[in-house]
Amino acid sequence: MALVTGIPAPLTPVGAARLLVLRNFIVYKSAWKLFLTGFLEPVLYLFSIGIGVGQLIDGFEFHGEQVPYATFVAPAMLATSAFNGALLDSTFNVFFKLKYEKLYDQMLATPLSTGDIARGEIAWGLMRGSVYSAAFLLVMVAMGLVESWWAVLALPATVLIAFAFSAVCMALTTWMKSWQDFDKITLAQMPLFLFSATFFPVEAFGNGVLRWIVEATPLYRGVVLCRELTTGVVTWESAVSVVYLVVMGVVGLLVVRRRLDTLLLT
Amino acid sequence: MISARGLRKSFGDFEAVKGIDVDVRRGEAFGFLGPNGAGKSSTMRMIASVSPVSSGELRILGMDPATDGPAIRGRLGVCPQEDTLDNELNVFDNLYIYGRYFGIDRATCRDRAHELLEFAQITDKAKAKVESLSGGMKRRLTIARSLINSPDLLLLDEPTTGLDPQARHVLWDQLFRLKQAGVTLVITTHYMDEAEQLCDRLVVMDKGLIAAEGSPRELIDAHSTREVAELRFGVGEHEALADKVEDLGERVEVLPDRLLVYSDHGEEVVTAVLERGLHPIATLVRRSTLEDVFLRLTGRSLAD
Repeated sequence: MALVTGIPAPLTPVGAARLLVLRNFIVYKSAWKLFLTGFLEPVLYLFSIGIGVGQLIDGFEFHGEQVPYATFVAPAMLATSAFNGALLDSTFNVFFKLKYEKLYDQMLATPLSTGDIARGEIAWGLMRGSVYSAAFLLVMVAMGLVESWWAVLALPATVLIAFAFSAVCMALTTWMKSWQDFDKITLAQMPLFLFSATFFPVEAFGNGVLRWIVEATPLYRGVVLCRELTTGVVTWESAVSVVYLVVMGVVGLLVVRRRLDTLLLT
Repeated sequence: MISARGLRKSFGDFEAVKGIDVDVRRGEAFGFLGPNGAGKSSTMRMIASVSPVSSGELRILGMDPATDGPAIRGRLGVCPQEDTLDNELNVFDNLYIYGRYFGIDRATCRDRAHELLEFAQITDKAKAKVESLSGGMKRRLTIARSLINSPDLLLLDEPTTGLDPQARHVLWDQLFRLKQAGVTLVITTHYMDEAEQLCDRLVVMDKGLIAAEGSPRELIDAHSTREVAELRFGVGEHEALADKVEDLGERVEVLPDRLLVYSDHGEEVVTAVLERGLHPIATLVRRSTLEDVFLRLTGRSLAD
């Protein structure tokens, strides 16, 4: 039997994360159809609400600029596609791997560490979200819903959204005890999707506490960031959103690592 | 290869391992024998460098698991108690990606995966889903997978639990071949026949402590007689009859379903029992096994 000659060089953090991505990639190579659903959902919303309902609405004022309704909704769906893509893997799939597949236990029998697992899984969720967003962005360009060259930066913005949600949702998933607990995720996902200034401007919430709350939610930051970029109305608020999402992602990543230590290294 | 001094592991108030000293030498097959809950698996997880040591000293391949975990794990092969295969991947990819986790390059991983499929006698299942494999095949795949990095030290936690007798023998044969190839094996088991077949040296664990240590032969010689006469009487009669045969052997154990009389000459014991006018339903004379050692050391049988 051939021996592995010498001891392989230790894995770098990036190299280790790539291996987790590779593992997930092999799984989805034979199940690529599952990939389509996450992409289709925001596209369907864009067609039905953005274009369909949009014919009944003149459009909205966004940061003082008048924008057609479809152009207003499209960037929100762009942010949502990153959000959906990130959520798919970081919740159900992570739970399944953690509790039933014991996949991370297998990995921890190798030189991989909990940090590698956290980074790798979040990287995968981020990539899945980003692929959806990139495809959606192309749809937007094809339909003439992009109004500025700033939109080039919308892609990295969606990567950031996917990162932030992957990390935080994976962290929350580590506390889940059963599949029923995922109702809570759905319970949070729907209102985030409907009320993050996705289909109507945040001004609709008035100027009270409610608006303040909406503006502090993560998907709102993602939606507004994308909208600012695709419509070309970049403001200081864009920077706030970027910092917000970066912090959210990093905190999530650190929590995931800590939680995996607690759960698996007993 | 492994050196433990005063090794302890606690989970909250519960102490699973209560201070054990163990040394495993290169090239030997070392066993942890004991009933469920004896602390074997906890010990194995500490050796596998995935479970932090509560107190005491542990060195694996000369390194400290607390600081050199990844380096140690890179040279270990781990076959856990339950098959933790990647059910989302096919058989070949299970081996391939696992090798990649060790930082082994693509080409070597592919070659090794093919070799190991052959070793595990599942080459024709390379593209099959893991779920479609039989229990024995899954077990062989798990063991094959643990060999992907050509480990210096192979940890096997209850390797044949849940397998049918034929599958067990196939597996024992493979483990024996690995030992011949110079791989150091550490095995936990609650099967005494497995320990006798595979282990050069073993420790008997009970309630988190080591009760005895030695080769299977040494342990049997030290803690039991050469032969055992098993006498089966009617239900509930065993306790009362024990007194009547006590003097026939060195020692008598009363089990719920039979009496064990320990003596170097089992047949003579049976003859003497019959001469005394006692009529056991069934008798059996056999050589002492590790089960008897365990019974002697702990007052309980392994199955308890």
